Amino acid sequence: MKTSAVDKWIDMFILAVVTAASFLCLVPILHLASVSLSSNDAILSNKVTVVPVEWSTLAYETVLKDVKMFNSLFFTIGLVLLFTLICMVMTICAAYPLTKKKLKGRDFCLLMILFTMFFSGGLIPEYLLVKSLKLTNTIWALVLPGMINAFYLIILKTFFSSLPEELEESARMDGCSHIGILVRIVLPLSLPVLATLSLFYAVGRWNGFMDALFYITDQNMYPIQLKLYQLVISNQMSDALATEGMSATVPIPESMKAASIMFATIPILLVYPWLQRYFISGMMIGAVKG
Amino acid sequence: MHGERPAVPETALSAESIAPVSVSKRRRPAWVQDWQLYALLALPMLYFLVFKYIPMYGVTIAFKEFNIFEGIWSSPWAGLDAFREIFAMQDFYKVLRNTFLLNLLDLAVSFPAPILLALLLNEVRIPWFKKGAQTVLYLPHFISWVIIGGMVYQLLSTNTGLVNHLLKVSGIGAIPFLTEPSYWIMTYVGTGVWQNAGWGTIIYLAALTGINKELYEAADVDGAGRLRKIWSITLPSIKPTIMILLIINIGHMASIGFERPFVLSNPLVTDVSDVISTFVYKVGVQSARFSIATAIGLFQAVVGLIFLLASNYISKKVTDQGIW
Repeated sequence: MKTSAVDKWIDMFILAVVTAASFLCLVPILHLASVSLSSNDAILSNKVTVVPVEWSTLAYETVLKDVKMFNSLFFTIGLVLLFTLICMVMTICAAYPLTKKKLKGRDFCLLMILFTMFFSGGLIPEYLLVKSLKLTNTIWALVLPGMINAFYLIILKTFFSSLPEELEESARMDGCSHIGILVRIVLPLSLPVLATLSLFYAVGRWNGFMDALFYITDQNMYPIQLKLYQLVISNQMSDALATEGMSATVPIPESMKAASIMFATIPILLVYPWLQRYFISGMMIGAVKG
Repeated sequence: MHGERPAVPETALSAESIAPVSVSKRRRPAWVQDWQLYALLALPMLYFLVFKYIPMYGVTIAFKEFNIFEGIWSSPWAGLDAFREIFAMQDFYKVLRNTFLLNLLDLAVSFPAPILLALLLNEVRIPWFKKGAQTVLYLPHFISWVIIGGMVYQLLSTNTGLVNHLLKVSGIGAIPFLTEPSYWIMTYVGTGVWQNAGWGTIIYLAALTGINKELYEAADVDGAGRLRKIWSITLPSIKPTIMILLIINIGHMASIGFERPFVLSNPLVTDVSDVISTFVYKVGVQSARFSIATAIGLFQAVVGLIFLLASNYISKKVTDQGIW
């Protein structure tokens, strides 16, 4: 294909815009990383942009020495692993039978699940349910209410349905049971979409803090995001308000806040590139067929 | 079938050949044969019953004088008292207005952003650059609102924020992004674009890969330029995807996430930052006025359902696209 002069300008323009957009996505993270690695003096005199000034790892050392921060981190890692495992098992258990068109009661179950995507009891009835089940201040308050995401369930069901039926039929001829087919044939063929959904469940749990805010009052069971909220946002807010003449609490150094935020972000930044190709293919499946 | 063997009496046939077969060879009932499937489905359905349908029953406390010690079942009915009370609340109209205002602005700005970005990415002809840009653009979606909140304060606060420092140095002067209501709305909408514009492109890029390449070749022969091809081929091809996402978005007009307004808000901007979800939290969880908070939640759910049904209906009439 021949490219005209106008085309070249258009190409340049597109590259420029995409580059700018990418930078906009990176700059806040880079700035935060730089702040976390700079000295407080440099931060206060506004010298830090996207490169650390007067390199200092003091903030990280302080954060790493904080036992509560570590407890929170380990609790959250355990929570995410448990949550993702249970979510995936439950979602698979629901998705597979629902692909069987001949299954009696299938349409009813599907309808029941789809309805929950459009209507829900709302915050307060859910809150009262968790309370009356005596789940508050237990890890289960953060696991059980969100065990199955109806949308992910539909994505998985769609994927299962797209697998060739002949494979399952031949296995059935050989006397394989439903569960045998699921475990030995269907699941191994679904690894990309399973990886994608696991990632979504895991990231959702890692990032979520609303339910913890509602159900967890025991400081030892604060997931990392709630801990951060307490440490950074409430504090930032009082800082921001202090300038408007409202009261401020004891300020935490900026570099400490930044280091704490980075502390909770780094795990995501570490796993993200490795899982990227899975979630793109997984999303495509959901997008094109869903 | 019976007609083929008229010599044998009806009764003899049914007694001798059918009855024994029904015991040994007839297929077992479906639910016995598929018991494993039902066993797999049992726990998930129990989950939906307990954690989705019991709360739906729980909305009855909007019509009761709820007493936490008596429970939902035995609390006395109160009719529409809770609804009368919320419709008399000034704050209720405020949070209703804010919810619609923020959602509407979000729709106006955050909805077109991924479409534009996807069209641009689609025109990038250097594969490694496209991949790299996508990696970076998807990243914000994986960052929590707490962390985004932290970044926003780091970057935008009036005194210590980097952006305001640069604005001051360049002579424009500081802008109260977080403490002045009109600017706060901009910040709110902006963070939404930041988190989701890149991620939103995935679905459009998927739709774009499905376009028949021959259409472009035909357009080349006809001498169409790039913009012409985008306008006449690319956009019409992803129109169904755009429409479906638009319906879903309009359908969610009455509902709003909790974490984003909660994290970004502060006492100086509550006039615009208090929305239904944060209001329900304040009234219900913090003040323990359960019936009132449930009534607000129910109002929101019903209005949301009406929006969803209406937008789907209109879209089906106008464009033949619908989510069901």
